[in-house]
Amino acid sequence: MKLTVNAKEHELDVEPDMPLLWVLRDELHVKDPKYGCGAGLCGACTVIIGNEAVRSCQTALTDVTDNVRTIDGLAAGGTYHPVQQAWIEEQVAQCGYCQAGQIMTAVALLEHNPSPTDQDIDEAMSGNLCRCGTYPRIRAAIHRAAALMRTGA
Amino acid sequence: MASLGKIARRTFLFGTAALAGGAAFGYWKYGQPFANPLTKGLAENEASFNAYIKIATDNHITVIVPRAEMGQGVSTTLAALVAEELDVGLDQIQVEHGPAAAAYYNRAAISEGAPVPRFDEGFTAEGVRGAMGVIAKFLGLQFTGGSSSTIDGFDPMRQAGAMAREMLKQAAANRLGVSVSELTTERGSVRHAATGKTLTYGELALDAAKIELSALPPLRQRSEWRLLGQPQKRVDMAAKVTGAPIYGIDVDLPDMLHATIRMSPYPGGALKALDGAAALKMRGVSKVVRIESPFGNGFGVIADNTWRAMQAADAVTVEWEKPAEPVSTQSIFAALDAAFDTASPFHLRTLGDPERALAETPAERQIEASYRLPHLAHATMEPMNATALFKNGRLTIWAPTQAPGVVKMIAERISGVQADKIEINTTSLGGGFGRRLEADYCDYAIRLAMEADGRPVKVTWSREEDMTHGFYRPAAIGRYRAAIGADGMPLAITGSIASQSVITDMVGRIAPLLPIAGPDNTMLDGAYNQPYAIPNHRIDARKVPLPVPVGSWRSVGYSINAVMQECFLDEVAAKGGIDPLELRRRLLKDSPAALGVLEKVASMADWTKPLPEGRARGLAYTLSFGTHVAEVVEIAETADGIKVEQVWCAADPGVVLDPGIFEAQMMSGIIFGLSAAISQEVTFADGMVEQQNFSDFAPLRMNQAPAITVEILQQSPFMGGAGEPGTPPSMPALMNAVFALTGQRMRELPLGKTLSFV
Repeated sequence: MKLTVNAKEHELDVEPDMPLLWVLRDELHVKDPKYGCGAGLCGACTVIIGNEAVRSCQTALTDVTDNVRTIDGLAAGGTYHPVQQAWIEEQVAQCGYCQAGQIMTAVALLEHNPSPTDQDIDEAMSGNLCRCGTYPRIRAAIHRAAALMRTGA
Repeated sequence: MASLGKIARRTFLFGTAALAGGAAFGYWKYGQPFANPLTKGLAENEASFNAYIKIATDNHITVIVPRAEMGQGVSTTLAALVAEELDVGLDQIQVEHGPAAAAYYNRAAISEGAPVPRFDEGFTAEGVRGAMGVIAKFLGLQFTGGSSSTIDGFDPMRQAGAMAREMLKQAAANRLGVSVSELTTERGSVRHAATGKTLTYGELALDAAKIELSALPPLRQRSEWRLLGQPQKRVDMAAKVTGAPIYGIDVDLPDMLHATIRMSPYPGGALKALDGAAALKMRGVSKVVRIESPFGNGFGVIADNTWRAMQAADAVTVEWEKPAEPVSTQSIFAALDAAFDTASPFHLRTLGDPERALAETPAERQIEASYRLPHLAHATMEPMNATALFKNGRLTIWAPTQAPGVVKMIAERISGVQADKIEINTTSLGGGFGRRLEADYCDYAIRLAMEADGRPVKVTWSREEDMTHGFYRPAAIGRYRAAIGADGMPLAITGSIASQSVITDMVGRIAPLLPIAGPDNTMLDGAYNQPYAIPNHRIDARKVPLPVPVGSWRSVGYSINAVMQECFLDEVAAKGGIDPLELRRRLLKDSPAALGVLEKVASMADWTKPLPEGRARGLAYTLSFGTHVAEVVEIAETADGIKVEQVWCAADPGVVLDPGIFEAQMMSGIIFGLSAAISQEVTFADGMVEQQNFSDFAPLRMNQAPAITVEILQQSPFMGGAGEPGTPPSMPALMNAVFALTGQRMRELPLGKTLSFV
């Protein structure tokens, strides 16, 4: 089976129903999507397929037909993506375990909606749990990232 | 590190009796520095100045932060302590956790838990703190907990930086033939102003490390600080916004196997029968291994992929031995209730004569209330996991642990390998909250590695396994009683707590041969040690043994007692016809720092301003881990239920080393507490935990999280912690807000059992 991750193509010999999360982590050694619940409840495993943020723990390999983007593919040419930049400026992460998933959900949100309201942020982000309670800073960072993206900074 | 066998077979006494022996031992311990663990394993071009600093000739500077980074920012703040005195920027250093070593044992954690109120300044830094104090002290154990890391590192890590700086200056003076007093240091270089000559730390390192200073250099005054007291960019932020593989679960070694475990759903229950034949036929599965450990009984599946291991574990046929009397939530609370009539209580402090004051107060001026709090899980985002390699008589472990010293101890016990052939690598932690003070997940990984023919094995738990095999925050019942004086103020407050002892449980797991006796002061933390000037006051506790494993959960006993006492104070205020803020203001009038946070939060929240219909506020104050915290929670009634809108928090840790990180810790503690208060409980049915995943043990989500405003004061005369003190007052502040909104007293958690929240 073929799988494209961050524009790099891989040939795989694994069960078609293996969740994408475990294909990435244990077969391809792509460790940035995290295992949190295995049930689509926490969002730690979020990646972007095509243009949609999806839970890689709930996505069988056989159902993946488009390029998979993980956080590892966000920074281009040594420059942080505006969302990563905003996350640094707002000093969002604490334990950090959920943050790759949070950032990927935020990237997908901003690709669809360049100027999200607080309610838009609530709707997009409420599938991503953070046990450290970084939500207030995540909210601030998404607004900041939106501003960075609008100004092209 | 002493092994348990060398410790006298004596009874560990917690609480009052531990003080005398602990102090003497501590004094001896402080007088005898531990060996520098960095002298082994230095690169050829590298020099170690002390247990915290390595400098290489290429100017690569490494600072050892021997505490677990679990989100609380300790790797940044502790590194800043060294950098402040060493005169380097945080951007110039690399932070490493370092080895498990006695030199890094936690002294401050030991100082906080002594059964003397923290605001009593006559008492200083000896005793026990939290659940790990005494045992840590006896064994030189290194652990992260008790909100103690910055307090513990405050002097030694600044001293380490100052010593290295002076050694580097002396080496430069020798080389340049000038006096040390003519030299200055800045950003990793020593400079001689008169000649303009500059030598980098790297150029001086090998010579400097050989220099012996005649005296400890004095530490800089607070007014001279350049890094400390200012918000710093966290040293772990870049890794965490790029998804870097820094956690235990990300460990990836050549030839590594992947495993998972399934342990008996009945705590401590045996495994009766195991049939792994079907599992062994599945793709990638190499072994099904029976596990019989002091932590639990069950089995592990070793495979070449975590998902395959988990699928195969489902295919194993297993029969668990069911306990004769399976525990249930009903039986737990029945046992706690019964303890009020059967178990003998202990207390740690009495003010006045509460019985007499109650006897002399007419019944109409008395109130009573009873509180019930559930067991709670930690539910760290990163499920339990550990990696182990057993090869050529050596054992290497990679683990996201808060207690590498404990891991080393149990590793020696399980494997029979000598301590000097055991290596513990502490990874970043995807959350700790006390769960990772335990060593069960390392125990199982070691046992599986011993069956893996010299290959490394990473053992990852499913979320369900993690949720159902915790060391839970104990359930508790509290019964409070008060006599109200003619002025409306409390004349007397008494209370009784029935709960499990976290200390007894934790120490029993780490050191099963050591009998435990005496009071467990963590059971009364938050009840007996608050600076309220209540003329007659005593809270006692009853230890109730139950077949449920319990452990340290963010803020430990404060998470129970702050809820009960702060809710009860609100009831007292209502009975006496006094505003809850005014009542606390009067009770705290002799404690300036406590009063300071109370007044500050009242002004932040504009407490006296009336709210529109359908909105209400609640207030609570707790002194925990040396930090005074007052919080106001504002809620609103909506068509779909109660919404937590806003939290104001005023905190006084005495000295704040990094206000940005401190603020984040307060926010974190508040959301952690509100999550528990609104929706979390661990319940038991037929001997097993009922909750399985985040669907039935739900933390707050983005759409539920309130706006939070934090203000930091620095008036308290002692230094406090950051990781835990935000949690305790958040829960009673919410409960008091619900009363203000609905007129109903909330005396049981979680609130979501009886109320809808949005």
